[in-house]
Amino acid sequence: MTKKHILSILVDNEPGVLSRIAGLFSGRGYNIESLCVAETNEPLVSQITMVTKGDSAILEQIKKQVNKIINVIKVADLTDQKFVERELVLLKVNAKAEHRAEILRITDIFRGQIVDVGQEHFTINITGDSEKITAILTLLKPFGIREIARTGSIAMFR
Amino acid sequence: MSKLTGAQILLRMLKEEGVDTIFGYPGGVVLDIYDELARTDLNHILVRHEQGAVHAADAYARVTGKVGVCLVTSGPGATNTVTGLATANCDSIPIVVITGQVPTRLIGNDAFQEVDIVGITRPCTKHNYLVKDVKDLAKTIKEAFHIARSGRPGPVLIDLPKDVSIAKTSFKLPDDIALRSYNPTYVPNRKQLQKVVELLKKAKKPLIFSGGGVILSRAHKELDELAKRNKIPVTSTLMGLGGFSGTDLLWLGMPGMHGTYRANMSISECDLMIAVGVRFDDRVTGKTDEFAPHAKIVQIDIDPTSIQKNIQVQVPVVGDCKISLELLNQMIAQEDMDAFEHHLWLDQIDNWRKTTPQVYDQKDVIKPQYVIEKLFELTKGEAIITTEVGQNQMWAAQYYHFTKPGRFISSGGLGTMGFGLPAAVGAQVAAPDKLVVDIAGDGSIQMNIQEMATAVQYALPVKVVILNNGFLGMVRQWQQLFYDRCYSSTKLQHTPDFVKLAEAYGAVGLRATKPEEVEKILKKGIACNNAVIMDFVVEPEECVYPMVPAGAPISKMLLV
Repeated sequence: MTKKHILSILVDNEPGVLSRIAGLFSGRGYNIESLCVAETNEPLVSQITMVTKGDSAILEQIKKQVNKIINVIKVADLTDQKFVERELVLLKVNAKAEHRAEILRITDIFRGQIVDVGQEHFTINITGDSEKITAILTLLKPFGIREIARTGSIAMFR
Repeated sequence: MSKLTGAQILLRMLKEEGVDTIFGYPGGVVLDIYDELARTDLNHILVRHEQGAVHAADAYARVTGKVGVCLVTSGPGATNTVTGLATANCDSIPIVVITGQVPTRLIGNDAFQEVDIVGITRPCTKHNYLVKDVKDLAKTIKEAFHIARSGRPGPVLIDLPKDVSIAKTSFKLPDDIALRSYNPTYVPNRKQLQKVVELLKKAKKPLIFSGGGVILSRAHKELDELAKRNKIPVTSTLMGLGGFSGTDLLWLGMPGMHGTYRANMSISECDLMIAVGVRFDDRVTGKTDEFAPHAKIVQIDIDPTSIQKNIQVQVPVVGDCKISLELLNQMIAQEDMDAFEHHLWLDQIDNWRKTTPQVYDQKDVIKPQYVIEKLFELTKGEAIITTEVGQNQMWAAQYYHFTKPGRFISSGGLGTMGFGLPAAVGAQVAAPDKLVVDIAGDGSIQMNIQEMATAVQYALPVKVVILNNGFLGMVRQWQQLFYDRCYSSTKLQHTPDFVKLAEAYGAVGLRATKPEEVEKILKKGIACNNAVIMDFVVEPEECVYPMVPAGAPISKMLLV
């Protein structure tokens, strides 16, 4: 059964490492839904959070293949474990005078912030797991979403 | 502390790693390395094409068990190594390829003879490096050799910019390598091995299926013990040939697309398969759903990605083949030997051997199988055989019965035409006193024929046996069987006169056109102290049998 998995991958913080991982996924036909990379508190180590999809056999191969890359220190599959997940989205939504109150209310419910206001738009900052992000996008869609920038998921064991 | 240049550090570190031979081709950005090389006692073999250098280093590694080394220049020199790297990567051969690179300040500027070779070779090496600082060079080289030879071996590339090879730094031998991200598992889990023992006790139709891992980890003695002590028949992949004696009664021959009837039937009927150092390639499994349908499968491999990739196995064992088999043998030795009785199974296999042997019909035109069989007889199975790829390779595998590891040098995974001749050069450098024969077709020999010049220059007496059928034979065979004999672009309308060509290179050229000449020409060629090309004009439309059509179960063989 195909299922979404969040992988947390610790790698050497070196040039080319992301390319090794991305190349592995494209070369073997695996799917990357989102990808997030940053240095950890240890400067020689970076963390990659990747959302991928596949059945259990494919996931097993993905984890083994990623682990086989020399610069990969550790691969953890957070799926089916206790973890916290966050994604950050900036979205620019049409905000005519008559809709402003409604948009503000929705933003408030989702604990988002308005980070920029224009003549006819708001720019909203939302963080949350992917379900929450999808929910607010659905609610704001009727107003007209002009632009979106999403970080992709980052996650951590509880 | 003395200061050394990058070039000096490189050569010093090669010595430290036990390297005595380099296969290479000079060029602009490696001039400083070559200049320094002239003042060392490292043996440099100047090939005629960089691809040849990599194949030669690859064969050198397969014969000696050491890491093969190549040195080439940037740009086209580097890209010419790609096929060789992919070949070594597929067959898990430890080599280190050093490519020159344009000076660091020019990297990314589309400089003359600049390519991003680290980017290009990322998917076809075990690992690769771009060294930007001479201070990192010694450690990088040590790490590269460590990675190439440990775990599941493979090719490693080091890209060395010209300015780094000129720059000086104080040199000190690097410490032992400790990589927290790379620690292959050598010693298997004993609990898993105990499961194998239990399965063996219950098995009525056990089978050993061995592969290249047995050759790479030099586990042939342990394999021999496991098979003989418990009377388990053995089949090996192409890469595993020689891991078990090809003349032993327990030997079934190779399985798969061109496997023997008894090997494929044994796989299809066995109730326990002990797979050692194999990766269940599609050329072996055929239709995976119907591969070993009645068997519990045990898979021993050092590379976890090889397990549960193509075939689901019941008992995975991650570990080195030699160590795992050694432990398994010890554990079996503590058991009641009578538990391992399965003579009915052996009788059945013997019956398959008798009813459906591997055959060909030698009439008035030379049959390629006959040439190989004669070669086997005359050399008593003691030659190192390299092959090109295609029908020649399959006939070599079927009719030359390998009795020892490291005697069959062939591009298994990638199927690289043009591999055989440079591989013969590398094998002959590795084993100067051994008879080295490249079994070739008239198609693939032309892909790296230029290495005849290398063989002659270094007085390497390699013997090339060309099975000349005037076709790209294996592709023609598929066209005959599956494309209504539409021989689209497989007839080699013009081929050079190989006898004259050999002479032009300063080698010896011989030709046989009739069956009665085969033995005479082979004897003459083998006895010769020079490099020789023997051109055997063979049956043009002979096919390799048995054959399992692509995607069919391996029990469904075309026998003739």
